[in-house]
Formats: sequence, structure tokens, C-alpha cells
Amino acid sequence: MTRYLLRRLLIAVPSLLGISLVLFTVLALAPGDPFGELASNPNVPPEVAAALRAKFGFDDPVWLRYLRWLVAMLHGDWGFSFVSRVDVDRLIWQRLPVTLIVIGSSQILALVIALPVGVFSATRPYSLFDQIANTLAFIGFSLPTFFTGILFILVFSIYLHWLPFVFRGDLGITGWRWYWEEFRQAAMPVAVLGLFQGASWTRYVRSAVLDVIRLDYVTTARAKGIAEFAVVTKHVVRNALIPVVTLVALSMPLVFGGAIVTEQIFRVPGIGSLLISSILANDTPVIMAVTFVFACLVILFNLTADILYGWLDPRIAYR
Amino acid sequence: MAGSTLASPTADAAPLGSASRARYVSPARDTWRRFRRHRLAVAGLAVLILMMVAVALGPLVWRVPINDIDFNAQLAGPSWAHPLGTDDLGQDVLARMLYGGRISLAVGLAAMLVAVVVGTIVGALAGISRGSVDTALMWLTDLFLSLPQLPLLLLLIYLFRDPLKQLVGPELGVFLLIVVVIGGFRWMQVARLVRAQFLSLREKEFVEAARALGATKWRQVVRHILPNSLGPVIVAGTVDVAAAIIAESTLSFLGLGFPPDIPTWGRILFDAKDTLDIAPHWALFAGAAIFLAVLSINFVGDGLRDALDPRKVM
Amino acid sequence: MNEQQLRDLIGAVKAGRVSRRAVVRRMVGLGLTAPFASLLLAHAGVAAEPAHFDYKPTKAGGGGALKLLYWQAPTLLNPHFAVGTKDQEGSRIFYEPLAGWDAEGNLVPMLAEEIPDIENGGISRDGMSVTWKLKKDVKWHDGQAFTADDVVFTWEYAADPATAATTIGAYQDIKVEKIDPFTVRVQFPKPMPFWAEAFVGTQGMIIPKHLFEAYKGAKSRDAQTNLKPVGTGPYRFVNFNPGDLVKGERNPDYHLPNRPYFDTIEMKGGGDAVSAARAVIQTGEYDYAWNLQVEDEILLRLEKDASAKGRTEITSGGNIEQIQLNTTDPGTEIDGERSSVKTKHPLLSDPAVRQALGMLVDRNAVQKYIYGRTGVATGNFINNPPRFVSKNTPWEFNVDKANEVLEEGGWKRGPDGVRAKDGKKLKFVFQTAINAPRQKNQAIVKQACQKAGIEMELKSVTASVFFSSDVANPDTYGKFYCDLQMYTTTMTEPDPTRFMRQFLSSEIASKANKWQGRNITRWRNAEYDAAYQAAEGELDPVKRAALFIRMNDLVVGDHAVIPDVYRPRVSGISHQLRAHLTGWDNDLWDLRNWYRET
Repeated sequence: MTRYLLRRLLIAVPSLLGISLVLFTVLALAPGDPFGELASNPNVPPEVAAALRAKFGFDDPVWLRYLRWLVAMLHGDWGFSFVSRVDVDRLIWQRLPVTLIVIGSSQILALVIALPVGVFSATRPYSLFDQIANTLAFIGFSLPTFFTGILFILVFSIYLHWLPFVFRGDLGITGWRWYWEEFRQAAMPVAVLGLFQGASWTRYVRSAVLDVIRLDYVTTARAKGIAEFAVVTKHVVRNALIPVVTLVALSMPLVFGGAIVTEQIFRVPGIGSLLISSILANDTPVIMAVTFVFACLVILFNLTADILYGWLDPRIAYR
Repeated sequence: MAGSTLASPTADAAPLGSASRARYVSPARDTWRRFRRHRLAVAGLAVLILMMVAVALGPLVWRVPINDIDFNAQLAGPSWAHPLGTDDLGQDVLARMLYGGRISLAVGLAAMLVAVVVGTIVGALAGISRGSVDTALMWLTDLFLSLPQLPLLLLLIYLFRDPLKQLVGPELGVFLLIVVVIGGFRWMQVARLVRAQFLSLREKEFVEAARALGATKWRQVVRHILPNSLGPVIVAGTVDVAAAIIAESTLSFLGLGFPPDIPTWGRILFDAKDTLDIAPHWALFAGAAIFLAVLSINFVGDGLRDALDPRKVM
Repeated sequence: MNEQQLRDLIGAVKAGRVSRRAVVRRMVGLGLTAPFASLLLAHAGVAAEPAHFDYKPTKAGGGGALKLLYWQAPTLLNPHFAVGTKDQEGSRIFYEPLAGWDAEGNLVPMLAEEIPDIENGGISRDGMSVTWKLKKDVKWHDGQAFTADDVVFTWEYAADPATAATTIGAYQDIKVEKIDPFTVRVQFPKPMPFWAEAFVGTQGMIIPKHLFEAYKGAKSRDAQTNLKPVGTGPYRFVNFNPGDLVKGERNPDYHLPNRPYFDTIEMKGGGDAVSAARAVIQTGEYDYAWNLQVEDEILLRLEKDASAKGRTEITSGGNIEQIQLNTTDPGTEIDGERSSVKTKHPLLSDPAVRQALGMLVDRNAVQKYIYGRTGVATGNFINNPPRFVSKNTPWEFNVDKANEVLEEGGWKRGPDGVRAKDGKKLKFVFQTAINAPRQKNQAIVKQACQKAGIEMELKSVTASVFFSSDVANPDTYGKFYCDLQMYTTTMTEPDPTRFMRQFLSSEIASKANKWQGRNITRWRNAEYDAAYQAAEGELDPVKRAALFIRMNDLVVGDHAVIPDVYRPRVSGISHQLRAHLTGWDNDLWDLRNWYRET
């Protein structure tokens, strides 16, 4: 086990290097440059864009730019944003708390919905509860977040006047009022994301539990007279958790990466909106930094999932 | 349908099961027979076929042109002239839904198939083989998971749009590109799910038994492990259909999708979102169509799994 | 309209027969800009009448929070690095220029004591220099005094190519000298009819010498003040999150009495224009929303509601949505370059086709059903309300006539309904940036063309790619690798000199200049080039104006572009907020006078 872990961690280093190389190449080859807005402004002479390109090393060959980036990254220098003209880590730190709060709560909400509903549905397949839960789940992931977001705004902000729909990163208040306001403004983005994620997770949980619940050992456990609740929690859910762990591990990096569409709708100043505006402005250092951290998290959480499999099902051997 | 998920034969299923044992039935036919027993699956299949027929033949019956601009009927609600109302240029929503549905359904189904097939193959390969093959495949999966999609999409458009157009014609070219792009970005989840199932299943008694009996690796996978790991695959399939239909509309905003005047369902939903309070009908039918398609595909998937599951006696 | 008629008009104002405002409007209708017309009158000795603003508050502060919503967020707060309007607006909260432009195109003093003119000796008779008198007793937010040194430094800073300032165009050719601590003189290399570019408006914000001195040139990016602005403006800096939020508080030492009114100011960025409109007009969460590029239908419905908390305000500017016709052949590659000047467009080089296309753009429908108040149908390259449209450039939407013109031109309908001549089919690719109103506009043009036997393939490109200067990308507007394209040309400067460069033969975008040339249509016209050159060296403002009108008519008359709609600026304002907007400067140009009616 320890050897397996060590080996995986050792492999992670070259794979991260490889991923960063692919990332950089894609970004370098992708069309567009950070100074597009200048080009369509008749007041700015073309030399300005050319000077900026030269200043930020845009005209150097890709491999040289990659090496420069890699060396800087190894020294802990995350780079310098072309667009904001500040250090990239500063931009990321500014947005990390909000991203963690909003995306983190939405993931928790999704799990809190998906686990009980999925398990309960599976233990009573095709019952009324199951049918209703399923229908809602299908509606949940058939409707894109850009749509549900606007629906929520119309209902809760515009007709009912309950919640604000412009998210403010800096509320300028403290104490209990801060918690209350923060809750009010985070409620809609968290709900939109959490329900969308929860809807598809419910389906996965239900399916996983259904797969396990009909296995012989569950029947045996029932036959032994163990209470239904204990059967489900002890024997079924633990074995059904493998796909759930996989899914959660897959979506955990999002807590850092943010959710682009939802952040855009509610103006949440998260990392997702930083990433999309950087991509649209071709602000390579920011994109590189965000996606590279994201890649590290992807590898880390998938590795965690692999280790958790062994704990959930001791028969899984790592060889 | 009660009991259809239990391991042991239930009272109502038993007589049928014994009857079928009496004469030989080919596996395909047996699957179809089992599938038919799943009433919701049959209903789902019927709805799906109905939708396909509607989008295939609908434009021949409902002959209103999709781009007939009528400024006097902007955002009009449903009426006899426009059964599903009109959009903000006064164009008939029904005609547009029927026309766009061809693309949405085709893209949704094809991209889902790409994602599910690629994901299952990668996941199965990684799950059954150990060591370097598993590591390499998981590295590939991690790579795809961490790639930022937007720049990559822009790069793909830029590299492949024109060559593909020349090779197979503009419409098929765009279609292929979209299917490959959407499918290519959604297989990783399936791969990780299938691999996780494999890791667990390959140590189970029945697989061990098969191994002991000298079953080849291929046989272990195809006959024993794979059928038992289809659960998450089918769920992923339904989720992916919805995601693909929606993703197509996102792509057309990047200039990768179909031209902006082609009203796919995702596109209609996107266009209609800003007038949701003024003209809800515009979004309603597109949303309902996606929902219905996803729902019926899911039931078909459930039915298929039950029909293919050898442990279940119907 | 020729030179004599212009002189008559100016004479009529001087004699008091016509109001000044009416004449400005008339000139604007002829293709001049309002500020240009104002300067013309100023030169002729007709005094400007800056609009008088009522300012009711009797003390500074006490107004609570002012909340501004921008759907594009500022990413930096150094006005000389501003990449887009959003950055200029963010900087304008803290920094001020010497003067700003009001809606009528008049200069309004900000840090200047008075506006230079010929009478007060500010403008030299030979047009070679302008002298600015600065306001005394102005303090930077850190307490230091504002003097002529700051103005001279701003010029040195922006004009240094190593600084890579985006405002360099306004500063690189001039020389600025300090006469005394509160007077500066700007020297031009040649007689300058339009002298109010440096230190004025969007590009003119003055920065403090004592904080930026060490960061001129190559070290410019290291200045702390890039992120923590210290200006002279009505509000001082509190906090800035790039791409999200700018916060400021009242400047207690502001140099005007009883101002500013609000205690704090907050500029929130991001999101989309529709929900920004909702936040101001429907819920009142915000006081002001910038640049509401929303279909007018939606805006009208929001405003009409009885519980509406705000309204839209439309301000005239110089932006024009236009359809460009390619004069070169995008299908032939010469020396690694498509749309090369060495080629001729196989279809669009026929004047009949160009004329027919001009008649197939239903500008009235585009105005009525897409843009409404936010896009006014026009036949001119620069324009204001339809009643002032120049008689020189008539236009109509007429499918039958377009059919006739094509028929006479020898374009006959084929069995598939598409016209052809000599085996060449009338088939075009029409591209634009991705944006809902533009896609609708494309649909309207496509439908009309279909009726006239022209097949139109629509293409849309992500805005970030379409407007990029990326040499490797074939989809940029500069490359113009298709037959027609549509976008808005912004006119950020109140003088047409730079604006009209985009039709000069010497400015043609090509591989040689990395497609950075301003002339995208690759249209060439010797008369135009001559008129432009004449206008550049022309000191007599009236002759110069007549030349610009002639250029406008040449471009439109030859269908180098088909003007579509003229785009005024649209803002959302809460019912209580009193703000003065202009089309010739930033929205926040007059922030010091904003207040809330109680």
C-alpha cells in the first residue's frame, strides 16, 4: 500500500510536467492575443500592441516561453497578469475564499441531497417517492444552469424581493449581519449549482445502491434478521459508495476551478470568472496558473479516490 | 415493476421464467422479450421513436419556414397559426423546434455514444490491466480532466474546421466536429466510474470462479465484469445526452457549432432566457423537449440493463 | 453642403438668426461630430454655451453609498494603461483631466482654470500651440499640491514608448512645457485644428508626478499606484479587486464646494447586460448601470412596469454599426495572403451588386425590431437623429428595385433561385462577432437577400477572436477572409481625423503590416486620399469640415461600407439619481456633480 502510494506520487511529478507542457502548447497555439481590444480602438496606434507583445515576450518561440514559465514556477513565481498588470497569485488569493465558500457549499448541498434521496429511492424502486425524485432529478440536469439561474433570479429577486442577485465579494459589514448577508447572497448560486450537481448524483447513487442491493450477501444479511436500516447503512451503502467516491473526487477540483456560468450570472467573483475572462483576454499567465493548480488537484483527488476504494472494499488489491 | 430489481424470482415472474425455459430463444430475442417486460422502458422507447419521427418528418407536415420573419407577431403566445408561439423575430417556434430537434437529438445521442464507448473502453482497459497500462490511461484521463476546454475548443475550430469542411462537406463536417468535441470532453467520468467498478468486481467470487475455470481475460471482461458495471454507465449516458444537447448551444457561441441561424434546442433555450418573464412559452417547449428526450433515453437504458442482466429472471 | 454653405450657416449663428444648438445638429447630420462642430463655432468666435447643471446639495457628503454596476469589470486603474472603456471608467472615479466633453460637445474645465480660446489667448493664431491655465489649490488625495509639473510629467510618462501607454497616440507628437507653476503650453509639430486631445477627456487624466516619477518607462509595471490610485477626483481610493470591484470614499478636500454628495462609491463589475438592467430598473439594487447593450424591447418592458425603480438614458455618441463589403477576393491566395490588394472581388467589384446590397439592408426593421432607441437607422457614416440626415446620402430598403438593378446588371436567376452571371453565383459569406442583436441583424439581411436571389451564408466568430490582432488567426476582422462583415466602429475621440483614416489607401490591412492597417475594406479612392491629405493640413476649420463631409459622401456613395444603425450609448439610472452623461467622454466624466434627489 505504502509502496503503491509512493509510486503513484512519484509518477505524479512527470505527469504534471507533461500536463503543463500540453496546457502551455494548447494556450500558445489557440487563437487570439491579450491586446485585441486595443486593435479595434482607432485612437491606439498599432505600435502599442506590438510594443506590449514584445514586452510580455509574446513574440518568442513557444518552447522558450514554456521554459521561462517552468523555471519561474519552480521558483514560486506564478507570473504576471498581462491584463491586470499584477502578480497572478495575488489575483488568485483574492478570489479563493469566495470560490471555496460558494462552490464548496454547493458540493455539500449536492451530496446532502443525493445520498439520502438516492439511497431511499433505490430501496423502494418505482415507488411514488422514487418516481417523484427521479422526475425532479431529470428536470434538474436537463435544464442548464444558465437557465435555472435566471429562473431563480426572476422568482426570488424580482417577484418576491427576497434575495439580492448581485454577489458582492466585499460586503463592508461585520458580525452577524455579515453572516446573514453572506447567506442571502450565496443562497441562489449555491442552490443552482448544488441542485444541478445533486440531480445527476442522485441518479448515480440510486443506480449504485440498486446494483448492490440485489446481491446475494444483502439477501443473506436480511435473512439473518438484521433490521432494514442497518442492512442499508452497513452493508449496502458502504459497497455502493465506490462510484460516489469517484464522482466526488472528480468534482472536488471544481472547488478551486469555480463554475463559470453560475459565477457569471450571479457576478460571483470566483476563480471561474477569473479563468473565463482571462481566457477571453488570452491572459496566459493567469490561465496557466489556474489550470495548473487545477491539474494538481485533479491528480491529487483521483489518487485519493483510488486509495479510498481499498478502504471501502478491502479486496481491491493494489499491485 | 415491483420486484424487478430483486435477486430472486418473485411470484409473478416465476411462471413466465419457467415457460421460457421450455423452448429455445435466441439471445437477442430473449433480450427483447425481457426489455418488453419493462413497461417504462417500452414507453420511453415509444416516446423516443415518436420524437425522432417528429423531427424527421415534422418539417414535411408543418410547412411553415423556420426563418420567416414576422414583426407583427413578435413573442406571441401559442395560437392556431403558431401552436408553440413565436420568438422575438416572429418566427414560428414549432417549425424551429422540429428543425432544430434533428440536430439536437442527433448530436445528443451521437456524442453520448462517443463518450460512453470511449469511456467504457478506457475504463475497462485500465481496470483489468494493472501497472503501467493502468497508470498511463489514468494519466490520460487526468490530462483530459485538467485541460481548459475553451482555449482547446478555439484551437480545434481553428485547426480542423476548414479541412473537415473540405473533406466531408460543411454540414457533416460541423456535425462530426461537434460530436467528437463534446464526446471527447465527457468520457473521463465514465472511464473513472467503469475502472472503479472493475477494480472491485475483478476480485469478486464469480470472476474468480470464471478465472479458475480458465476463462480468458476477454471473456472475463465481456461476459462477467462488464455487464455488472453497466449501472453507472447507463446513468452517465442519460446525463451526457442532456449535457451534449446543452453543450452544443454553448459551442455555437464559440463559433464552433452550427451557424447562428440554426435553431437547436439548446440554442432556443439560451436565446429565450432573457425574456423568460415576458414570453415563457419560448423557453418552455425547448426545455420540455430536452427533458422528455433525457427521460425516455434513461428509461430505455434502464430497460436495457435489466434485459441484459443475466442474474435477473423475469 | 460645401464650404460656402458652412460659412453661411456660421454667419447665421453669429447674426443670431439661427440657434447655436440647431447649427451643431445640422453639422452633425452632415457627418461631423458635435465637438468638432463646437470647435468650429468657437473658432469663428461664437462662444460656447456649456449646459448649466442644477446642483442642489448644499453640503458635501451625506448622500450614502453610490452603487454602480458595470457588466465588464475594470482590470486595472491606471488610466494610461486602460485597455477598454471599463478601465477608463474605473480610473475616472479617482483621476481627472484638465477638461471634459459635455453632451453638446463643449469643453468643460475640470483641473483647468478656463478653457483656452482665441480671445483669452489660450489658442495661438497659427494653430501651433495651446496654453492651459491650471486651477490652484487642488490637492492630490495624499495631500500634495497639484501643479504644472504633474501635467508635464503625465506627457513624459505617456509619450515614452517604453511605458507602453495605450494613450501614447495623444502624446507622442506634442511637446509640453511649464510656463509657471500653474500654466503649461502644448506645442504641436504642425498647425493643429483639433487641439483638445492631450490632457482632455478619456485619454487626458493627469497622474501625480511624485508617485509615478520612479516608474516611468520600462519600470512602469512595478508602480504600487497602478493598483492604488491617488488622484485629484471627488472620491479617493479604498479597495480594488481586479475584474470585480472598485471601492472609494468621499474626498473631503475636493476642490469644488459642496461636492461630492455621496459618502462612498462602489463599482461592481461582471455579469451580463440584461441582468444589469434588471438590477437598476427592476429591483433598484444598484443606482447606475453602464452600457446596456440589451434589446430595446426588453428595456422598454422593464421601464414600463409601474414599480420600475429606474429608467434608461440614451446619449448620442459617434459609434456606428456598419456592414463592410470586401473589395478584394477572399478566395484567392497571393503570397500567403487572402483578400490581397492585388486581387479584385469577383462579385462585389460589380457596382450593381454593391448597389443592390445597399438596398437589401432593411435598416428601419433593424432599428424598429432589434435596437429600438439604441440603434438609429442611418445612411451616413456618422450621424444623429434621422431628421438631420444629409441629403447627399439617401438610402432605401427596396427588394424589387434591388432585383431590377441585378437584372439590368446581367445577373439572371438560376433554377435554384440564386442569380448568376458568367457562371459565377451570387453567393456570399457574411461574418460578424457573436452577439444576439447582430445574429438577428444577420437573419434580417439574409432573408431580404434570399428574395433578391442572393444566397448568404452566415458565420459568427467569438468576439475575443474576431477582434484580436492575432496574426495566425484567419477569423479576425482585420483579415476579412469573407465577403461581408458587420461590427461597430467606435468613435472614442470627438474629432474625425483618426476615425476617417480607415478608408485611406495607405492604411490597407495586409500581410505586410500584420493586418494592423485600419483600412479593412481595402477600398481605394484617389479623391478620398487627396481630400484626407488636404484636411490634415487645412487650418481653416470651415474648409476642413467641408472636406470631411466630402469624404463621408465618397465612402457611402461607393458602398465601401453600408452604414446600418448609429449606436447611441444606453445607461440605466435610478429614478432618484441625477447624473449628466455625454457621448464624447466617459460616463463618469461629471461624477463630481452626481447626487440623489430625496
